[in-house]
Amino acid sequence: MKILVTVSESVDVDDDFEVSEMAIDERYLTYDLNEWDDYAIEEAVQIGEEIDDVEVVTVTIGPERTEEVIRQALAKGADRAVRVWDDALEEASVLDPATKARLVAAVAREEEPDLVLTGVQSGDYSFGATGVALAAEMDYEWAAVVNNLDLDAEAGVASVHRELEGGVEELSDVELPAVLTIQTGINDPRYASLRGIRQAQSKPLDVKTLGDVGVDADDLRLSLSLSSLYEPETEGEATLLEGGPDETAGELAELLRERGVDA
Amino acid sequence: MTVLAVAEHRRGELREESLELLTVGRQLADALDSELHAAVVSGDVDQYAEDLNREGVDAIHTVDHGEEFNHDVYTQTIEQLVGAADATMVLTPNSVNGLDWAPALAQRLDWPLVTDAVDMDVSDGLTVTRELYGGKVEGAVEVDSDHAVLTVRGGEWPAAGGTGSATVEPFEPDIDEAAIGSTVTGFQEVGAGDVDITESDVLVAVGRGIEEEENLDIIEELADAMGATVAASRPIVDNGWLPKDRQVGQSGKNVSPDVYLAIGISGAVQHVAGMNGSETIIAVNDDPSAPIFDVADYGIVDDLFEVVPELTEQFSG
Repeated sequence: MKILVTVSESVDVDDDFEVSEMAIDERYLTYDLNEWDDYAIEEAVQIGEEIDDVEVVTVTIGPERTEEVIRQALAKGADRAVRVWDDALEEASVLDPATKARLVAAVAREEEPDLVLTGVQSGDYSFGATGVALAAEMDYEWAAVVNNLDLDAEAGVASVHRELEGGVEELSDVELPAVLTIQTGINDPRYASLRGIRQAQSKPLDVKTLGDVGVDADDLRLSLSLSSLYEPETEGEATLLEGGPDETAGELAELLRERGVDA
Repeated sequence: MTVLAVAEHRRGELREESLELLTVGRQLADALDSELHAAVVSGDVDQYAEDLNREGVDAIHTVDHGEEFNHDVYTQTIEQLVGAADATMVLTPNSVNGLDWAPALAQRLDWPLVTDAVDMDVSDGLTVTRELYGGKVEGAVEVDSDHAVLTVRGGEWPAAGGTGSATVEPFEPDIDEAAIGSTVTGFQEVGAGDVDITESDVLVAVGRGIEEEENLDIIEELADAMGATVAASRPIVDNGWLPKDRQVGQSGKNVSPDVYLAIGISGAVQHVAGMNGSETIIAVNDDPSAPIFDVADYGIVDDLFEVVPELTEQFSG
């Protein structure tokens, strides 16, 4: 069977940063493998270790910079990778879920996977919608926010737990082919081994333009754009305790005792 | 034209966010010179319709089909109802289930989707405010369309009140059963452990800032000294360092103790949703821009590894 895993970057913003011209300057940003995708990769690789003849292919919509996280995914055990990018995408202020879904779907139509795993959300825009949009685009079945997966490849059914709010899980049977959006905590993502990192360098990483995947740049229909970006005003009025750790701890202990805390 | 607010329910209960939708839905409808319709699909729809009949709602569509949420049924039903009710905007909660069907609807209708809206404005086309980069910045997203599917963050608008005079109209969609490829087989509650954190008056909650599992010792020692119970944010539970029944937040427990001491917790919205009802909130975090300080009453901006042992000392005299 073939498993397609979407891989994207997370963007961490430094504690101190500035917003200018509707963007956070690059120097305040650190890129890493999106945490949710890390769990999705692990889940795919584990399935490959449990059953025979599984190919794990990653797909990324992103510029050349993202090859760093793609190599991480390959080092963790994915077999090969596809990256789609185009100058036409560079100009978009918001890459919305529908556009991402359309581009991933273009790759997925060629790959014809039995299972697609995506992270629940990305760390920058956090739309949390690309996986389900992709399923609709592909006419695949789907399940969002999966924190437990039991795959019966022969029967073509994925038995999943969906993590609802308030400590409740929904148990569902999902027919393949399907897209599952993977929640953190579903497994224990591995660190890449040195051998894995070496091997990753020689695994195939195909780079495709919009034209290569059959999408016309004029036909992108980017319907969302950013019109402002700012640091939110702090709503709270927290009283900050000042001084060294001994002073602040002393003051805090007093506050706590006033509120009845005492062992 | 119509603004259509699609309610959410689970195991026989209408969820509170459904009533908040009616408030933001009414605002949108006024600005767009539209009617506000609510829709409720599956379960005891007549009871839900009664609950949804608040001030400002013009009509309620009830769809009596099955008991629990099924995304295929919701997607097919609402796609048809959008046509029947002449809707230009569809609103639903930004919940796990909302995000399980709204993106599919948007794709089928070929309408733009904006998730997790915290504010919106239609004075000059639709603009939706949402958080980016884990809440560090906010942005206004312009929607280049007269149509949109929007998922709305809970707690940002008040629940609609009063008693409405909406007409209740049963709607019978044409459901393609063959296209339903997923079946809900049951529900499972996260098991209760030896400790119920919702019962505790004083919680010491630990987050990602603790860095390593073995560092949890200093948190346990502090909690012991204070006579408090240890709770945690999501990453600690994801790592398997503490059991799931200790998790505070949207997918964990909802707590409201007298004192909530958050240590090394950044304060993501999902965490805050589970603890902002606490009487006194105190945060220790070395990042002054951490959103936890927005909900805290008192804060210490310092290295937790310095502050925590000092505080333990204060209580072990």
